[in-house]
Amino acid sequence: MSANLKRSNAPIFWLLFGAGGMLSALLGPMLVFITGIAIPLGLILSPDAMSYTHMQAFAHHWIGAGFIWVIVSLFLWHAGHRIFHSLHDVGIHAGTAAKLICYGIPLVATIVAARALITSVV
Amino acid sequence: MELQARRQNRKESRPAMSEIEKTIPIEVLRYRPEQDTEPVLQTFQVPFTDDMSVLQGLQYIKDYLDGSLSFRWSCRMAICGSCGMMVNGKPSLSCKTFLRDYYPGGLRIEALAHFPIERDLVIVMDDFIEKLESIKPYIIPKTPRALSEGEYLQTPEERDVYEQFSSCINCMLCYAACPQYGLNSKFVGPGIMALLHRYNMDSRDGGTEQRMELVHSEDGVFNCTAVGYCSEVCPKHVDPANAVNINKTESAKDYFLRFVAPKGAAK
Repeated sequence: MSANLKRSNAPIFWLLFGAGGMLSALLGPMLVFITGIAIPLGLILSPDAMSYTHMQAFAHHWIGAGFIWVIVSLFLWHAGHRIFHSLHDVGIHAGTAAKLICYGIPLVATIVAARALITSVV
Repeated sequence: MELQARRQNRKESRPAMSEIEKTIPIEVLRYRPEQDTEPVLQTFQVPFTDDMSVLQGLQYIKDYLDGSLSFRWSCRMAICGSCGMMVNGKPSLSCKTFLRDYYPGGLRIEALAHFPIERDLVIVMDDFIEKLESIKPYIIPKTPRALSEGEYLQTPEERDVYEQFSSCINCMLCYAACPQYGLNSKFVGPGIMALLHRYNMDSRDGGTEQRMELVHSEDGVFNCTAVGYCSEVCPKHVDPANAVNINKTESAKDYFLRFVAPKGAAK
């Protein structure tokens, strides 16, 4: 064995993955329930709760914008990391190309979402 | 002659084959490099009693059916870590696994997964031994200490921090269980991480910095995808998955905090 002692940069992606995993576990089911079941069926919440004007106001406030940004970006970092490792698990060792796609999409989405939300708040 | 006499003796002390009513088919993965181009399965009908372990089944085969069968064993009581093998696809100590649990169906015994086979059920363990050596599995004193200063003292609380990790018997079942080690054998792996953690957590030890370079590296903890099967198959109730997880957090902390408070040898 000649160990490759080069320091791994995995902590960056592992922490984003972990944060996204934690958030998706805590908030994911609730968001599915609110956006996919409760609002369309008019359960508990009024169908108006997610109307365009309401959601626009939500996205225009910095707390709402921050919430949307964190949800969109961290969920994607989580998904990208999981897909990358699952590819490896099923025997597809696609290397740099897979890395670029799996981590590139979350990175681009993070930047695009940040830009869009900042313009909406300002 | 002496061997024959001993075998004769053993035959007499055991119930004769005809007195044992139950037999179980044992499929064994054979690999004899001088005649097999690849491993092949061979089935033996083995008479057994309810108190017989899988290891005793193999010993029966070697003594009475085919003396060329090779396997490692020593203590027969789950402390030496020699007799690890795949029993029906599960990494097991053959001395701690019983034939009665597979009756009447039978069982298949193969060499430990993820290791090269040397012969029959004997695997090549060089990779594991080299990794074990590389983590310095011994106490490295914080400061040199003269004999006259007496023994190191440790409270029960200080011992509790690492005790479970010290139960590792190097049987390598966790390596046969780890899908990531199977995919990439450069990964440091579960058992070695448990031992590394055992020494790092010892209040008498000062070698953490020397050991962490490997943990932080490309071959280190982040190859683990938290499957947890390593801890499930451990015959000594060590929790290597926990040692790996704790060190993922430690490594992530070090990755970012090293700029604030530089320490350690990692580059």
